[in-house]
Amino acid sequence: MNGAGNTAFINARLVDTEGGTDQAGALFVMDGRIKDLGPRLFADGVPDGIEAVECQGDVLAPGLVDMRVTVHETSETHKENLQSAAQAAVAGGITTMAVISGPNQVIDSPAQVEFMITRGRETGLSQVCPYGAITRGAEGQILAEMGLLAEAGAVGFTDGPQAVADAATMRRALSYATRFGLPVIQHPEEPSLAAGGQMNEGEISTRLGLQGIPTAAEVIIIERDLRLLELTGGHYHVAHVSTAVAIDAIRTAKARGLSVTCDTAPPYFGLNETAIGEYRTFAKLSPPLRTESDREAVVAGLRDGTIDAIASDHLPQDQDSKRLPFAQAEPGAIGLETLLPLVMELYHSGTLGLGEALAKVTSAPARLLGLDAGRLVKGAPANFALIEVDAPWKIREDKLVSKSKNTLFDGRPVQGRCRATVFAGRTVFQANH
Amino acid sequence: MNTPAPDTPTAPRHILGIEGLSPPEITALLDAADGFVELVRSRQKKAESLQGRTLINLFFEDSTRTRTSFELAGKRLGADVINMSVATSSIHKGETLIDTAMTLNAMHPDVLVVRHPHSGAVELLAQKVACAVINGGDGNHEHPTQALLDALTIRRRKGTIGGLVVTICGDIAHSRVARSNIHLLTTMGARVRLVGPPTLIPPMIERMGIEIFHDMKECLQDTDIVMMLRLQFERMHGTFVPSLKEHFHFYGLDEDKLAAAKPDALIMHPGPINRGVEIDTSVADDIDRSVITEQVEMGVAVRMACLEAVTGTETSKSKLKAKPKENRRKKARS
Repeated sequence: MNGAGNTAFINARLVDTEGGTDQAGALFVMDGRIKDLGPRLFADGVPDGIEAVECQGDVLAPGLVDMRVTVHETSETHKENLQSAAQAAVAGGITTMAVISGPNQVIDSPAQVEFMITRGRETGLSQVCPYGAITRGAEGQILAEMGLLAEAGAVGFTDGPQAVADAATMRRALSYATRFGLPVIQHPEEPSLAAGGQMNEGEISTRLGLQGIPTAAEVIIIERDLRLLELTGGHYHVAHVSTAVAIDAIRTAKARGLSVTCDTAPPYFGLNETAIGEYRTFAKLSPPLRTESDREAVVAGLRDGTIDAIASDHLPQDQDSKRLPFAQAEPGAIGLETLLPLVMELYHSGTLGLGEALAKVTSAPARLLGLDAGRLVKGAPANFALIEVDAPWKIREDKLVSKSKNTLFDGRPVQGRCRATVFAGRTVFQANH
Repeated sequence: MNTPAPDTPTAPRHILGIEGLSPPEITALLDAADGFVELVRSRQKKAESLQGRTLINLFFEDSTRTRTSFELAGKRLGADVINMSVATSSIHKGETLIDTAMTLNAMHPDVLVVRHPHSGAVELLAQKVACAVINGGDGNHEHPTQALLDALTIRRRKGTIGGLVVTICGDIAHSRVARSNIHLLTTMGARVRLVGPPTLIPPMIERMGIEIFHDMKECLQDTDIVMMLRLQFERMHGTFVPSLKEHFHFYGLDEDKLAAAKPDALIMHPGPINRGVEIDTSVADDIDRSVITEQVEMGVAVRMACLEAVTGTETSKSKLKAKPKENRRKKARS
């Protein structure tokens, strides 16, 4: 099942999260787009000249939309570049990546946006949608050329792992961005409260003798930004929320009608700070892993819709960046290939329905970023994943495609696996298990 | 931590921290150290249990007493001792901790004593070497031999640790000595109180089974042992106390505040002491109550015991009894 010809995917379980459909049926791909789909399609057999792919009742869902992936395309490419990231992505059923660049290559000019889009297209595996910076050099001082970045194709604005700390700058960024209809995405951490911090502040940080980052650092900047949002309007999005108090603040703001959305990442609903154990640097993240009650609040936020989407938060680090004393190690973990099975945990645990769980990584992030992705409808790009929802397997670091192997889920037993990934009508990944 | 590395038959027993040690394990180390006290006070200070063994002191942070103490301990047990400090090592040439560990490991030392400015660094290094590792202090985390020498000092003076009221005063937040002492003292049944400005009491430390005070006189009521800590400016990010003057006013140990403690309360300090900052000279030099120099003396004995523990060696009882009580009198006055 290769090539971009006309292909019929038969005996599939078609799950379109936005449309709310979950039905047995077939899907017909023509010229890289979904030509038709439904329960009665090809009921009388597939006509000659059309390649038929037997789906064996597996879920056929929109390709995953991962709204935060860090890649290194010009520096530190040994950690991950767009090509290797795209390979890892499609192995995990992801066909759209919204990318921020590594720390030394901020996307703050239209040329860089175009460069990332072009390089992304060259992978031929996955749609690459770059974010533009909020401030020049992501230094938090001078606004980046947000309008030109938007025209070049940026799908939102973010300073990546840096919070926009200055309130006046953030206010102007929110205000200025209203013209372009794109979200302004904040890394929620008050820098002075987090300075020198290595992990969540609490009993464990005290025992380990590591400087803590208080939960207040997260909620303070979110509450400040929400006040600014009341002045400016526009779309404010909080990246990777990790604390109960922050989720409460966002829930309240949504109830008040503010245009705020947020996402989280699998470590924040799948793990807590005890994963650090005795200084395990693979569990060093930004924001840090929090307490069990915070983790439960993240799950509750996903269930009640306060948390709109789930991103992988893929942040590749090589051994040299991690095999260090905890305070010297770089934060971050890879996540592209483990996003799907970890989101499936929410389904298997009964937290979310299958469609709801998949929506967090398909239609919801696509809608937040205004992308033509994450849907299973006629005319949509033929980007989808075939998923064996119940298949049990174990995440194994050495089996991952990513150049960097810094997963914090090594050895975790999971259920749900991508069997094949189709991008623009072509099968770009097929599992060999 | 402190456990033998799995799947190596000759796995070393590291001493990486006090946390996780049981009362019998602590008692065994203290008993062994007690046996060395007379030896190190005698004219002939040498034992042979570590003859032919190599001890490397690997210090990524400045140290006078701990490094010297380990060096003496190693030499008195007959080991070959090599000191490596940051100023002369290759980490200034960009070598990582693990590479340094691998390099030293290739030289087949028997024991590495490691001090490092970052919490957890000694444990990381211990995972990469084949020899025994003793933590000489890692960041704000642990300093196990200091807690053991403090415990030995207390036990010799008070006869026991269980039931005593111990007040630890000052910069708890940045102190590995405080953490190791809290683990040891609570494990051995002492009641531990912490006193200091709220900015220097780390979050949720009450979960370690201690009581927190902010008023020093109140805290010192019924106290048997007063442990003073230095302000560790080198580990502070930002301002934690307004001034040294103010800190001394509230938390400096002087005659007035000490009067609140039991009359026979002992004064301890891991050193180096800053006179007039956390401790008044008259108190520091009070020969009846200050045991600060005795702590240093116990340090050598404790480290000898630790070196034997991690190498699985032992000095015979007859050797330890060979020089009985030669300097006994001196001790009573020091």
